[in-house]
Amino acid sequence: MFHLLQKIIATPRTTVPASWLGAGEVATIGKPFREEVRRLFSGSLSIRVVSAGSSNAEEQELTALSNSYYDIERFGIRFVASPRHADMLMVTGPVSVNMAEALRQTYAAMPTPKLVVAVGDGAIDGSVFRGSYAVHDSVADIVPVDFSIPGDPPSPKIILASLLKVLRDRR
Amino acid sequence: MADFLISSSGVFVLGALFLIGALGPLFFFVTRLGSESFAGQWSYALSILGSLLGLGIAGAVIFLGQGIAFDAGAITAFVPFSLRVDALSAFFLGVISLIALAASLYAIVYQEHFRGRYSLGMLGGVYSIFVASMMFVVMANHALTFLFFWEVMSLSSYLLVVYEHREKANRRAGLLYLIMMHISMAFILLAFLLAFSAAGSMNFDVWRANLSSVATPLTAALILSAALTGLGIKAGMVPLHIWLPEAHPAAPSHVSALMSGVMIKTAIFMLVRFFFDFLPGSSLWWGIVIIAFGVASSILGVLYALSEHDIKRLLAFHSVENIGIILLGIGSAIVFSASGAPGFAPIALAAALFHTVNHAIFKALLFLGAGSVVVATGTRNMEEYGGLLKVLPYTGAFFLVGSLAIAAFPPLNGFASEWLTFQVLFAGLASPITSVKLVFLFAIAGLALTGGLAAAAFVKAFGITFLARSRAHNKTACVHEAPPLMLVSMGMLATLAVAFGTFAIPISRALVGIAASVGHTTAHLSFPTGKLIASPVNIAGMVPLATVFLAAILVAALAVGLVFWATRRNKVVYGATWSCGTPITPRTEITATSFSRSLMVIFKGMLRPTKQVSVAYHDEVSRYSVKSSAISVGFFDPYRAHFYTPIENALIFIASRVKRIQGGNVNVYVVYVFATVLALLTFATLI
Amino acid sequence: MILFLIQLTLVPLLSPLLVGVIRSMKARMQSRIGASMFQPYLDLLKLFRKDEIISRDASWISLAGPYIVFIISVLVPLGVPLLTVSAPTLSFPGLAAPLTLAPLGDFIVIVYLMALGAFFLALLGMDAGGGFGGFGASREMMVAALTEGGLFFALLSAALAGGSMTTFVIAGRVSELPLISYTPLIIGFSAFFIALLAENKRFPVDNPATHLELTMIHEALLLEYSGKRLALLEWAGANNLFIFIALGANLFFPWGIAAGESVAPAALLIALIALSGKALIALGAIAFIESVIAKLRIFRVPDLLFTSFVLGMIAVGIIIA
Repeated sequence: MFHLLQKIIATPRTTVPASWLGAGEVATIGKPFREEVRRLFSGSLSIRVVSAGSSNAEEQELTALSNSYYDIERFGIRFVASPRHADMLMVTGPVSVNMAEALRQTYAAMPTPKLVVAVGDGAIDGSVFRGSYAVHDSVADIVPVDFSIPGDPPSPKIILASLLKVLRDRR
Repeated sequence: MADFLISSSGVFVLGALFLIGALGPLFFFVTRLGSESFAGQWSYALSILGSLLGLGIAGAVIFLGQGIAFDAGAITAFVPFSLRVDALSAFFLGVISLIALAASLYAIVYQEHFRGRYSLGMLGGVYSIFVASMMFVVMANHALTFLFFWEVMSLSSYLLVVYEHREKANRRAGLLYLIMMHISMAFILLAFLLAFSAAGSMNFDVWRANLSSVATPLTAALILSAALTGLGIKAGMVPLHIWLPEAHPAAPSHVSALMSGVMIKTAIFMLVRFFFDFLPGSSLWWGIVIIAFGVASSILGVLYALSEHDIKRLLAFHSVENIGIILLGIGSAIVFSASGAPGFAPIALAAALFHTVNHAIFKALLFLGAGSVVVATGTRNMEEYGGLLKVLPYTGAFFLVGSLAIAAFPPLNGFASEWLTFQVLFAGLASPITSVKLVFLFAIAGLALTGGLAAAAFVKAFGITFLARSRAHNKTACVHEAPPLMLVSMGMLATLAVAFGTFAIPISRALVGIAASVGHTTAHLSFPTGKLIASPVNIAGMVPLATVFLAAILVAALAVGLVFWATRRNKVVYGATWSCGTPITPRTEITATSFSRSLMVIFKGMLRPTKQVSVAYHDEVSRYSVKSSAISVGFFDPYRAHFYTPIENALIFIASRVKRIQGGNVNVYVVYVFATVLALLTFATLI
Repeated sequence: MILFLIQLTLVPLLSPLLVGVIRSMKARMQSRIGASMFQPYLDLLKLFRKDEIISRDASWISLAGPYIVFIISVLVPLGVPLLTVSAPTLSFPGLAAPLTLAPLGDFIVIVYLMALGAFFLALLGMDAGGGFGGFGASREMMVAALTEGGLFFALLSAALAGGSMTTFVIAGRVSELPLISYTPLIIGFSAFFIALLAENKRFPVDNPATHLELTMIHEALLLEYSGKRLALLEWAGANNLFIFIALGANLFFPWGIAAGESVAPAALLIALIALSGKALIALGAIAFIESVIAKLRIFRVPDLLFTSFVLGMIAVGIIIA
C-alpha cells in the first residue's frame, strides 16, 4: 500500500491544457443547434455511447478521453450508463442490421433536449463497410444526427476539441 | 348504558348475539328461507353487532376501572362456568372485537368468492362460533370453562381451515393443525392439573390467591414448563410453529386475519396470566428462556418469510416473527420483576401488549389485502403477480400502509411498539448480573437484525405483487378492484395503524396502567440507575410521533412546492422501460425467489437451502444436448427432521410394541380385567 | 425558528459540495485535474431543466417515490446536531410554546427514517420492471438489512456514553467526557464508518462511478429516472452522505459544536468551521479508500457488514460492562 501511496504522491499531473486541444481549428459537420440547448449543456454534459457494429477503434479513442492525459471530466462532461441519464448519444460504427432496433430504443429512451453525434467515418457514411448487406450505411438513416466527427478513428484530441467547440462557441 | 356494559348481562348479550349469528344459517337451511348469501350475511351482521358490543364492554371496563365477574357455580354445581373481565381480559376482548369487526365487514362481500362451491351459511355460522369462543376464552375464570372455550376455538378454526375441503393441501394442513392444537391442549391440561393438585381447586381466583404460596418450586416449575410448551405451540413459538404456515394460508382470508391477528394472541394472554397472575415471582431464568425463544422466533420467522413465494405463507411466517417480539417484552418483564426492578415490569409488559394490538391491526390489514389480491388473480403464488397496483389501486395503497407498519417505520404503529420494546431492552442492559446483560445485548442485536430483514421481506412482498408488469402465464383471469365494503374494512385498519402510531403516547400510558394491574406491581422503583440511558419517566413517555408526522408534512409541502414551481415548464413523457435494447418480456423482471436469493445465500447456515436439478437429454446415451431442465429450490426443514420425526418414530415404535396386548382373544381380556381388579384391591388395602 | 431554517437548508445546500470534493480528491490522486468542486451543482441544475421520460409500466410509486426519498433526506437533518446542541423549534402563531423538534433526534427514529428512505428507493428500482432495477433492489435491501445492525449498535454505544437517546443531548455530553472513556467510542465509530460506506454507495461495498450494471447496487435503482426526479434522487444521496458525516463527526467527536442554548453567529461560525474540518477529514478518508482498495465481491460484503455489527456490539459491551 505504501508503494502505491508513494506512486500517487510522486507522479506529476499529466493533463494537457485546454488550449493545446485547439478547439477553434477543428471542423465539425452538422447543423447548428439552439442557443438555449447549448447553454443548458455547456456546464454539464452526460454522454451515452452506443457501439452499433463498429470496429472498436472509436471506442478505444473514446475510452482514452477519460484518462489522466485528456481528462474530459474537467469540462463537466462524463459518460453515463443509462440513456435516461444522458444528454448526448454518441454512435460509432455503421449501424449493423442487428443493432438498428437497439439504437432506436436507446434514442427513444433519452429525454429531451437531446443530441446525437456520429463518431468516426463508419458512423457517418459506412467507410470500408459501405454497401454491405449487414449494415445500414449511416447513423442518420436510423436516428436524426446533430453533428458528426469524422476520422477513422478520430483521435481523442479531435473528439474533445469538437465537443468543446460545439458546446463553448457561440454562433 | 355504562351500567349495562359493565354488568354480566352485557357479556351474556354478547354471547347471545354470536349464538343467534351462528344458529341463523342453520335455521335458514332447515326452513329454506332466504338465499345462501343472506345466511352468511346474517352471521356477519350479527358478528359486527357483537364486535361493537365487545368494544363497548372492553372500553367501559378499562376506562371506568370496574371489572365484571360472574360465577354460575351456585346454579350448576357440576358444570363450572365462571367469567371474569379485568383490565387484561378487557384489553384482549377489545383487540378481538376490533379485528373481528374489520374481518366481518370484509367477509360480507368476500364470501361471494365461495358461492356455488362451498356452503356460505356454514362459513358464516362457524365463523361466529369461532369469534365468540375467542372472546370467552379471554374472559374465563375457571380452568374447565377455559378449556371448554379453548376446545371450541380449536375445533371451529379447524372447520374453517378445511373449509375448502376439496383441496388436498388444505385437508393435510387441517389435520396437522388439529393434531398440534390437541397436543397444546394436553400440555395446558397438564399445567392445570398440576395446579389443581397443588391448590385444590380449578378456579382461577383461588390460584391467584394461593398458588404461589402453596406450590412447591418443583411443581411451579413443572406448571410453567407445561404452560409454556402448550401455549407456545398455540402462539407459534419456534420450534413449535410448524402448523402455522400450513394452517393460516389454507383458511379463507378473513379467517386467516383473525387466526394470525388474534387467535395466537389468546395464547399470549394465557401466558401473561400464568407468569404474572397465578405464579408471579418466578425466577429470573424463566424470563431469560422466554427472551431466548423470542429472539429465535423473530430471526428465524423473518428468514423463513423471506424464502417464501406464497403470499399467505409469507404473512404467516411474519406472525411467528412478531410473536417473537412480543415474547421479548414478556421475558423482559419477568426478568425485571425477578431482579429487583419491579417498577419496570409493567412497562415491559405494556410493550408486549402494545405490540400485540399493533400486530393484530397490521397483520389483519395485510391478510385482508392478500385476500383481495388472491380473489382478483386466482392464485396465491407471488410469481404470478405483478403490476397489480394499476388494477387494484386501493388494495395496493392499503397493503403499502400495512407493509410500512410491519417493517416498523415511523410514524406508524409498528415503530411505536418496537421503539418501546427497544427501550425495555436497553433498560435490561443496566442489570447488575453480567449474564443477564449479555442476554439483553443479544436480544437487542436480534431485534435490530429482524427489523432490517422485515423491511427487505416487505419490499419483496409489496414490490413483486404490485409493481412492474404482470408475470402471469395465462392472462385469462379478470382482474378488478375489490368491492367497496372490502376496501372500507381495509381502510379502517390502515387508519388505525396510522392513528396508533401517531397517538402512541396516550395509548402506551393506558397500557402501562393495564399491565400494572395484572401482577399488582407497584410503581416504586428500586433499580440502580447508573448506566441507564432512558430514565423511567422517559420510557413511559414515548417519542411523540405526532411531531415527526407534523414536521414531515411541513417539509414535504415546502420541498414539493418548490420543485413543482421550479420545473413547471418541463414536459413529462411516457415511454417504454429501458432494457438495454433487448425486447421486454415478463421474464425480464425479478422474481420473488431471486429477490431473496442473496439473503438466503448469506444465511445458508441457518436455512440450508437445497437444490434439485433434473435434466432431460435428447439422447440419453451421449448426453450431449439438453432437451429440458428443471431446477427446484427449497429449504431443509430441521424441525421435522430433528424434532418431530424422531418423536413420531419413537411413539410408533412404543405403540407397535404395546399393540401386542390386544391379541383379539376375549378370554385374555377377561384375565386382564381380573388381574387389574385384584391389583387395585391389594393396592387399596395396603395404603 | 432560525435554527430550524438553518438545519433545514444547510444540508441540501452544502451536500453537492461534499460529493464534488470527493471527486476532486480522487482526481488529484489519479494525477488529473478532474471537475471543479461545484460541478455537482451544475449537474443538478441541468437535470432540473431537462424533461422526463417515465416508463409506461411504472405506477404512482415512481411519480411520488423520488419526492418521498428526498423529503426524508431533508427531514432527518432536523434531528442531527449540525451546529448546535439545542434542538430546532417551530413557532406557529396559534401555539402557546414553540414546538421542539427534539423527538426527531431520537437515534432510533433516525435509523428507521433512513431505512424508510432505503425502502422506497428499493421500490423505485422495482417499479419499472427492468432487470437491473430489480436486482439492484434485491442487493440494496440485502446491504440495508445487514447494515442496520451495525449502525444501530454504533449509535447505541454513543447513546450509552452520552446517557441519552437524543442526538443533541449525546453531542453535548460526549464533548465533556474524559479521554479515557473514549476507547469504546473509537470502536463504535469504526462500526459507524463501515455503515457509512455501505449506506452511501462507497467502496468497498459499492462503486458509485461504475457503468456495469452487474456491479451496481445503488446506481441500478436510478437507471430508469431522468430529469427532475433523477435530480431529486441524486440530491437525496448527497444529503444522506452529509447526514452520516455529520452524525459521525458530531456524535463521536463533537468538539467545536456550539454549546448550550446560544445561537450567537460567532459560535455558529466556529461550529461550521469545525464541521467543515471534520467533514474534510472524512471525505479525504473516503477518497483515499476509493483510490487504494478494490470493491468487494457481493458475497464478501456481508462479512464486512457483520464485522461492523460485531464491532458495534463490542463497543456497547465495553460500555455496559
